Amino acid sequence: MATTATPVHTTQWTRKDLLGLRELSAEEIHLILQTAESLREISLRPIKKVPALRGKTVVNLFFEPSTRTRTSFELAAKRLSADIVNIAAQSSSLSKGETVLDMVKNLEAFKVNFLVIRHAAAGVPHLIARHATSAVINAGDGAHEHPTQALLDAFTIKEKKGRIEGLNVSIIGDIAHSRVARSNIWGLTKLGAHVTVCGPPTLMPPAIEQLGVRVTYKVEDAIKGADVLMLLRIQHERQEHMLIPSLREYRLRYGIDAQRLKGAKPDVLIMHPGPVNRGVELESSVADGPYSVILDQVTNGLAVRMAVLYLLSGNQKDEEGLLHA
Amino acid sequence: MPKLLLKGGHVMDPANKRDGAFDVLIDDGKIADVQPAMAANGAQTLQVKGLLVTPGFVDLHTHLREPGREDKETIETGCQAALRGGFTTICAMPNTTPAIDQRGIVDLIQREAQRLNLARVAVVGAVTKGREGKELTDFGELFDAGCIGLSDDGAPVADAFLMRRGLEYAKLFGRPLIQHAEEPALFGQGVMHEGLVSTTLGLAGIPSESESIMVARDIALAALTGGWVHFAHLSSASSVDLIRQAKRRGLRVTCEVTPHHLALTEDVVGEFNTTAKVNPPLRTEADRQALIEGLRDGTIDCIATDHAPHTDWEKSADFDAAPFGISGLETALAVCAEVLVKPGLLTWSQLIEKLTVKPATIAQLPAGTLSVGAAADLTIIDPQAAWTIEPKSFVSKGRHTPFAGRTVTGKVVKTLVGGVERLA
Repeated sequence: MATTATPVHTTQWTRKDLLGLRELSAEEIHLILQTAESLREISLRPIKKVPALRGKTVVNLFFEPSTRTRTSFELAAKRLSADIVNIAAQSSSLSKGETVLDMVKNLEAFKVNFLVIRHAAAGVPHLIARHATSAVINAGDGAHEHPTQALLDAFTIKEKKGRIEGLNVSIIGDIAHSRVARSNIWGLTKLGAHVTVCGPPTLMPPAIEQLGVRVTYKVEDAIKGADVLMLLRIQHERQEHMLIPSLREYRLRYGIDAQRLKGAKPDVLIMHPGPVNRGVELESSVADGPYSVILDQVTNGLAVRMAVLYLLSGNQKDEEGLLHA
Repeated sequence: MPKLLLKGGHVMDPANKRDGAFDVLIDDGKIADVQPAMAANGAQTLQVKGLLVTPGFVDLHTHLREPGREDKETIETGCQAALRGGFTTICAMPNTTPAIDQRGIVDLIQREAQRLNLARVAVVGAVTKGREGKELTDFGELFDAGCIGLSDDGAPVADAFLMRRGLEYAKLFGRPLIQHAEEPALFGQGVMHEGLVSTTLGLAGIPSESESIMVARDIALAALTGGWVHFAHLSSASSVDLIRQAKRRGLRVTCEVTPHHLALTEDVVGEFNTTAKVNPPLRTEADRQALIEGLRDGTIDCIATDHAPHTDWEKSADFDAAPFGISGLETALAVCAEVLVKPGLLTWSQLIEKLTVKPATIAQLPAGTLSVGAAADLTIIDPQAAWTIEPKSFVSKGRHTPFAGRTVTGKVVKTLVGGVERLA
């Protein structure tokens, strides 16, 4: 049984990579959250920097455009004194015979320590991790996982509610195509939350209930009794693939506005991984309203990513030690 | 060529209902006699005691990649892999570059196969020009050139009108259209079976209905036209049911199943294992059981490998980007023995039937039999030999298989084509 109440953790971090939350134990997740807790205050200092990762090199290798996740990893690395390189790689630039692995081998030839990977295809970080000596961090792979997002979500819930175990968390939106939904399902269920997923049947993947979640198509059911409402971004392209008739239809059925929110608990949290489609999944007044913790999520993301870099670095060989021996 | 006597073996020749201790005499590249015990009488003798002596296997579904993608496979390496797997006749699928859509390309493949003189190569021509699904190829020219059937394999003949006309016109030649049954709109961008594993991995799924809807449509078209449709590589329980009903109605419908669909399920994809990426995809345990039952009750006529070699660098891409296909020729027998014979689902003799006379009948080739006068194409099997599947030792250029590392029982020890040992 997962327990969240006790902050006493003797778990050691032993993994080379952070690829997803599916394979993590509740103890490992707690360890990351606890580490993030202690690193968070660095960003509140006048001089926002500690030397923990001095001399280490982090590569942000993003095959998909991203502003907030990339920036969050970049600042996390910098506040730990690592050197960071940003690569905005187009998947198309790999079409001339160069493979993702070729590119990674070239980067590793520069003796880097961390590869932070985002890619539109599921499993790319896993493929890279099998071939790379660097620590690989999954910053979002297709519709598979986005572990640091789910970690920062858990961190935020715990910060606001004091616990995760026993809470009702409803994830609403495009579950089928969401890596955020999958990572949160793994993370939150391991930590003892009751997770409901909600969306139109066309955006609900088959057999999702076998992951230990409640499924509902009715947003009112998802709102009622929920401690946390986690909204997902609706991509405009879903309309083109006939997954929803129109964005308007979606807003009318699933958009969270002040009226719908009346059915929620008085202390409900509104979360969103961003960027928000204002006027589609979330009315502006709700996104900016008193229940919204969307900007806290961004702040906490920094602490969580610092924690992940820090823990993974602890498991790397101390090259300096070798030099000075 | 001196006469050759295969002595002391257990002959399994389902075409002639032979299953027991027989010697086989080969003369001038042909089967000269099959008798319980024969004296050598000057013939060279090969002791095959404890071994199974069967007709050479016939594969209805082999991708040789030549012309066009000789980096994936050549006719030469493909034929060598065939011999290693006990196949003496393989049917080359037409999704080459250019596609096998005219006589010149059929001739090119046959000339190269004759020059190599390894396994026999029969050719499957394309149904439509360039396999584009728009215009029928010149069926008569392709059949005159020796094609055993026509297929746009790799892609379905999606257009119902074109399929109707193709089935009708092919009646003139009494040969099948081989359908890669897949409804494109339902297939979408799918990369594996749609179910719990695809949901967990966030991969786009391919529902079973993508196949069975096309199977249902083509059964209806076979009924309409009286034409012969052969379904390639069945993967789903619903397709098996449809074909069972169609056969009961007396329609001209045949089909095949691959060793990997008989042996594996979606679970093998594990964590993005691209060696298990294949089209049609590996499906559920219920589907696998239905395929086995279909093979047992005769709904499924035969086993075909769908040998689909690719380069290592292509298969080591991410799951979405990696091509579909498994290198299957060298593992087919052992996988089938493991999955079908070992648990008692088929006897050795029944398995050999599905690898020899059954596919030969569909291809209308004089193969898959040890009848006196037939070409002396034989496979000699050690049914007890245990070995470990090691892709690095494949002679095929395609070294990707989800069976890598498995220990299996049953090994091809010799393959004879026209009475000559091609695999030592």
